[in-house]
Amino acid sequence: MTEITPFLKELLSVSGLSGTEEPVRRLIKDAWTPLVDEVSISKLGSLHALRKGHGPEPRPRLILAAHMDAIGLMATGVVNGLIRFTEVGGVDPRVLPGQFVTVHGRRDLTGVIVKPDDRSLPPRLRDKPFDMEYLYVDTGLLPAEVAELVRVGDTISFAQPPVELTGDALAGHTLDNRASVAAVTICLQELQPVHHAWDVWAVATVQEEETLGGALTSPFAIRPQLAIAIDVTFARGPGSPESRTYPLGKGITLGFGPNVHPAIYKAFSELADRIDLPYSNEYMPRHSGTDAYGMQIVAEGIPTMVIGIPLRYMHTPVEVVSLKDIQRAGHLMAQFISALPADFVNQIRWDEAND
Amino acid sequence: MTERTKLPIPLPQIGAEQLALLERLSNAVAVSGDEGEVRAIVLEQVKPLADEVTVDALGNVLVTKHAAAPNALRVMLAAHMDEVGFMLTRDDENGLYQFGLVGGMDERVLVGKPILVGKSHIPGVIGAKPIHLQERGEREQTIPVEQLRIDIGPGGSGKVKVGDRATFATRFQQIGPSLVGKALDDRLGVAMLLEILRHPIPQLELLLAFTVQEEIGLRGARVAGYALDPQIAIAVDSTPARDLPNYDGTENQSYNTRLGAGPAIYVADSGTLSDPRLIRHLAQIGDALSIPYQFRQPGGGGTDAGAIHTRRAGVPSVSISVPGRYAHTPVLFARLDDWQNSLSLLHAALQRLTPDILAQER
Repeated sequence: MTEITPFLKELLSVSGLSGTEEPVRRLIKDAWTPLVDEVSISKLGSLHALRKGHGPEPRPRLILAAHMDAIGLMATGVVNGLIRFTEVGGVDPRVLPGQFVTVHGRRDLTGVIVKPDDRSLPPRLRDKPFDMEYLYVDTGLLPAEVAELVRVGDTISFAQPPVELTGDALAGHTLDNRASVAAVTICLQELQPVHHAWDVWAVATVQEEETLGGALTSPFAIRPQLAIAIDVTFARGPGSPESRTYPLGKGITLGFGPNVHPAIYKAFSELADRIDLPYSNEYMPRHSGTDAYGMQIVAEGIPTMVIGIPLRYMHTPVEVVSLKDIQRAGHLMAQFISALPADFVNQIRWDEAND
Repeated sequence: MTERTKLPIPLPQIGAEQLALLERLSNAVAVSGDEGEVRAIVLEQVKPLADEVTVDALGNVLVTKHAAAPNALRVMLAAHMDEVGFMLTRDDENGLYQFGLVGGMDERVLVGKPILVGKSHIPGVIGAKPIHLQERGEREQTIPVEQLRIDIGPGGSGKVKVGDRATFATRFQQIGPSLVGKALDDRLGVAMLLEILRHPIPQLELLLAFTVQEEIGLRGARVAGYALDPQIAIAVDSTPARDLPNYDGTENQSYNTRLGAGPAIYVADSGTLSDPRLIRHLAQIGDALSIPYQFRQPGGGGTDAGAIHTRRAGVPSVSISVPGRYAHTPVLFARLDDWQNSLSLLHAALQRLTPDILAQER
């Protein structure tokens, strides 16, 4: 495993569901502060970390955006000491029974998602997949204690500890998108000795899984000339169609589509070819499903790019990612920034960009 | 405790040592047919205490603790070592494996779980198609086990092999009043038998069977019951507490057992009609010593008693189980109180057991 693994595991050990990102933000802030010149927090809670460029002022600015929020659950009621819940972000209820969770009540409680016996369910659901409405979190505590500690609206995080798999792979919940937070961290580390022309704003955005709240607001405050979203994409694996997936551990993806400025795509693909960094083209015919969708339309509009890290079993608590691909994403961004001329934005022209 | 109910031997108490052993037992991987890991713990525990220890042809551990005097009542206690799980059945390469189910498990609980594979406990996961790539209506379908894969990572080759067993990676923990772990069905029973052996009852010839293959048809108990040739048998197991509320607020009338209501005494299950004399004995002891107990609702399911009671000319049998929620899923919840009360009721009942009980007509 690589140097980033301990930090990534730490990122997976703290909560930070969409809308309540404070615990993970604190951890990222501690990791990024020594790597940048200034750190601040946006009005919606995104972390802004500025590493100043070395060119003359006014310097052009770019954003590296990785969302730090996690999918999870939220309490909707308590019945006989058992907690009913709904989802935060998209969760397939079929993966839930048997999952360990942390209920963020008046104190953090360990619990397990459980299903009643079929006999206690509506007849239409017997022998059928689970309906989230009828699942519970069982904390093992007695009903009176649960009633005192848990209330409607409490967030519930997945709690399975990450596990290292063979072939430099890591499995765990919330690798979407803490894997990309790790990649941005690698980029900032690699930039330490580098004299780059541009100001680099590493941004850990909030609420990507629900409202794109971070992506829609941070670029307004920063006003970058360029914005890059780093997010996970679908890795090839059991149950997933070959046509919409990319091999795990065999390289990153470069997004191409309406959320991507073709000239930036071209600059990235040429760079990747030059430095022999493996990648696949990821064609995104509509919504890229990333922060780029939000960032692109901030203020008068921003040229955007999407970098993808292939990940299996997305939005389950056993997402699998390759550490090598995380390294590659961080390295490619650092190489891009190192070589980025101050007048890059003036060079990009729509009619010059051909795939 | 009144003089009338005072027992000659103090009842064994569950403390830190017993919980530490339960943790080891719960975390061990012993899928039916491959019980070696639990068998090793059992052998390590029983050897210093037992008079005779054998491992039979199927892998059962058979233990005898002699009575103080000859011709004592021969009482068999059975707890199964095996647990439900998986076997890797086909190598799809690059760390992906097809697998089959071992024992009665609900296909619906498999997907999205971390697991452990093989004797080296290599970590793996059972993944699922991302919600984003699903077609409309897919969520309403259970993913059949044939479409699931165990994924140990792309560097997989060589670390595990087809034929290896696997189970859920759940680690044991205590949460408030609850015991939480995988395979507590029936490691709770295994641990209880070990505790009985530490506090033997001198007037009984104690025959302890740590059985194999219970989850795939009570196969270990069948031959253990024959070999040990007991006069009375008690299966010690874990039984489902299906006591969650009904969806529509109506009374849950098919709860099987209730968590926190004490050990479950079996009257009738799919394999055994318990001996009424033994049921009466257990209930009387519970009443006399104020040990809470409950009667398991008659119905399906069963224990090793189902195989034992028809060995040879027949063996009067009964079962006692610790209630547990969500059995045969990645996690079982039991209550420490229920476990202690199960151990107390069993030990007290054994202390008061005499050949007279068999002199009564069934």
